[in-house]
Amino acid sequence: MSVSSEQKVEQAVPGHAPHAAPAAGGTSWWKDEAQEPLRRNLGLVGVLLALFAIGAYIRPDLYSDADWVINNIMVILTQAAAIGVITVGMTFVIIGGGIDLSVGALIALSGVWATTLATQSFGPVGMIFTAVAVGIGAGLVNGALVAYGKLVPFIATLAMLVAARGLAAQISGKQTQISTDQIINGIATTRIGGIPLLVIILLVVAGLGWVLLNRTTFGRRTVAIGGNAEAARLAGINVRGHTMLLYALSGLCCGIAAIMLTSLATSSQAAAAELYELDAIAAAIIGGTLLSGGRGTIVGSLFGVIVFSAITNLFAIANLPTEVQNMVKGAIIVVAVLLQQVRFSSVTQFARRHGLTRAKPQT
Amino acid sequence: MSGESSMSEQPVEAAGTDEVVLRLSGVVKTFPGVRALDGVELEVRAGEVHCLLGQNGAGKSTLIKVLAGVHRPDEGDVQWLGEQVAFSGPQAAMKAGIATIYQELDLVDYLSVAENIYLGHEPRSLGFVHKGQAARQSRELLGRLGHGEIPPHRLVKSLPAAGKQIVSMARALSHSAKLIIMDEPSAVLAHDEVGNLFRIIRELTAQGIAVVYISHRLEEIREIGDRVTVLKDGRTSAVNLPARTTPTRDLVSRMTGRSIEYVFPPRPDTEPGEKLLEVRGLGRSGEFTGVDLDVCSGEIVGIAGLVGSGRSELLETVFGARQAEAGTVVMDGRGLPPGNVAAAVRAGLGMAPEERKSQALLLGQPIYRNMTLTNFSSYATAGFTDTGKEQAEAMRVADQLELRPRDVRRAVRTLSGGNQQKVVVGRWLLGGTRLLLLDEPTRGVDVGARAELYQVIRDLAASGVGVLLVSSEVPEVLGLSDRVLVMREGRVVRTAPATELSEEDVLDLVMAGSLTAATTEEVAA
Repeated sequence: MSVSSEQKVEQAVPGHAPHAAPAAGGTSWWKDEAQEPLRRNLGLVGVLLALFAIGAYIRPDLYSDADWVINNIMVILTQAAAIGVITVGMTFVIIGGGIDLSVGALIALSGVWATTLATQSFGPVGMIFTAVAVGIGAGLVNGALVAYGKLVPFIATLAMLVAARGLAAQISGKQTQISTDQIINGIATTRIGGIPLLVIILLVVAGLGWVLLNRTTFGRRTVAIGGNAEAARLAGINVRGHTMLLYALSGLCCGIAAIMLTSLATSSQAAAAELYELDAIAAAIIGGTLLSGGRGTIVGSLFGVIVFSAITNLFAIANLPTEVQNMVKGAIIVVAVLLQQVRFSSVTQFARRHGLTRAKPQT
Repeated sequence: MSGESSMSEQPVEAAGTDEVVLRLSGVVKTFPGVRALDGVELEVRAGEVHCLLGQNGAGKSTLIKVLAGVHRPDEGDVQWLGEQVAFSGPQAAMKAGIATIYQELDLVDYLSVAENIYLGHEPRSLGFVHKGQAARQSRELLGRLGHGEIPPHRLVKSLPAAGKQIVSMARALSHSAKLIIMDEPSAVLAHDEVGNLFRIIRELTAQGIAVVYISHRLEEIREIGDRVTVLKDGRTSAVNLPARTTPTRDLVSRMTGRSIEYVFPPRPDTEPGEKLLEVRGLGRSGEFTGVDLDVCSGEIVGIAGLVGSGRSELLETVFGARQAEAGTVVMDGRGLPPGNVAAAVRAGLGMAPEERKSQALLLGQPIYRNMTLTNFSSYATAGFTDTGKEQAEAMRVADQLELRPRDVRRAVRTLSGGNQQKVVVGRWLLGGTRLLLLDEPTRGVDVGARAELYQVIRDLAASGVGVLLVSSEVPEVLGLSDRVLVMREGRVVRTAPATELSEEDVLDLVMAGSLTAATTEEVAA
């Protein structure tokens, strides 16, 4: 390529983006934008340690007992298990530029459908299959409404939330349906190597989710579509089809979580998993998932769920009312998002954005 | 020009007074790497329509923004109503009596007409808005503009483009503006609505209001303008020419022959290869009709035309990003399904769209992921991505395109405009694209990086890729292309080898077309 030397000199002094740290060599990890998830996860680990310290300060008698501590960690993780599973699906949907408000309702619907007398007659495999199929089916409906019906995700899944609760009430006749299947009921009480099976399910789902997001073409498409749907479309990616799959994935997670909750309660009802959607969204957000899409991590979401679960646990131990607990959770969401904004808009970016509000490129 | 005789009933000095409201001298505005304004002179009198003429990049937009208080000039004098002023912001300019009507009208869709007109200065007392008063005054203003039939309570969203423009003007009047700047107001209007706009402009000037009118259409300038100031390369190349009597050739010649010399790579001697793309009778209502074009392997075909001539829409339709309503697109002898980007990509087409940041790039993602956006699946095994291979392949293309910086793991956000464009081109290189559609490839790219991009495009063609290019900069189309199509109002009006066309020819075709046509008719009569 024949380019004159002056032009090269001009280019060698780029007058842009002075805030961006060089990616290679001598990078300060607390400044590099690519290391943002790592910093956030360390921050969440810090929060967990702080919660532990507070617990130890309030109840030194309990926290000095190693067996109790390990058992309590398992309690926290078990409580986080079902919400953790749906948060994995929610993380995919949000990274892909959407939102799924129907997850709580889909858990209820899947759970109720899987525990009807007719379904229970097919045994545990039939119940699990039913829950998963109902979740995926409802997810596909969500996806079709968003991708092909051009409904805003918020509205499409809000409608699904209302309708799915209604259908669940219809199927169950507003009754609590007892699960008589010993294998399903046994999932919640089983431990493998001292670790509750529910926690193992969560870790497996999260692990698969991590691989799917970070190592597969599916994950790459998700990030691309959420980051810039138009660019993805013009690059030849099937944006609509993929959007369908994202909501189906979220539905699948709801099906799995429905079985887990059914096992914990040995029953299902139409009012199960109420407001789980808000917990899942909040967990994803404090885990660093951008609500506008294109950015987020499974590990961050997992930490988000565990932090919430640990707070609930700590308040129970300290005998504090749930009102205060909810206030603390609200504050944590705000602080997490504020931190995110401070990191994203360094001074230069702030100035640039304000300088650019009116100065469009010359035409 | 024989055409003037029909317009000479109107005396040239009838409109406008001798009272100068605005005088600019030696105005300079620089942005990093660009001297956008480099000594601009302008004199606007009360009650006149003063036209600003200039090619894309001549500095018109920057000048408007200086007048509107968006930019502050680095050097030079701005005298408003006899006093030297430096506006602190758009609000200050508005208060002083300078209103600007931008091409993209800045109205709030879901507010009513009256609410839009009085947005930010609602008639109120004790914090309560006098809705009735606002509506009454709005009706009065709309009446002054000859559009008393627009109900003040109607939502702006439901108005057609022409109606929105009227609301913008009413807003300007509500600030008792003494100067109204109109940036290509006719671009959004249908033909018969333009006459109405001109009637309003005449009424405004009769009230002593000065109008700065920007348009690319010479026939409009002839009809509505009093005096013309021509910009070229950020400088005033002619001031206060009489709008009706200055010959077209004179105006065009003062806009052309830019002093910035672009370095275009030499055209190869080889003949273009086999035919790649064949477009026949392509059309979309309201955008373009009956477009035929061919692109051969190794050939660069350029499309010249104004904004609104349908050139970008044509490119997007060929690519399938818009659904064709008529006609066929054939690649390698096989027809492409309309409105199907994925099929076009599979057939070997690729596009670098006009809005690089919003349409092409994942700004927060690394360079290599942006480059492999179309073909990351092809490096994957059983659905598992191979980022190592992707980085290696992206590295190879980055070397080929002399991308700076060469580290493909950096976020695209941190690159300069020229290098971002290279990433987009590199994406299609990696994807094995054989026909590349480029929409404004050098927009937002500084002068030095342009030469490199031109070389990249020429090298691509030399490797056998066909290139179809759209640019609003005529020298760029002529310098880079082998063959040129000139578009005006949705039609191809001329196809010729680039060497047979001059900048003046093309500008004449895209701008003065209907005037030339009218003149020819009159001569024939």
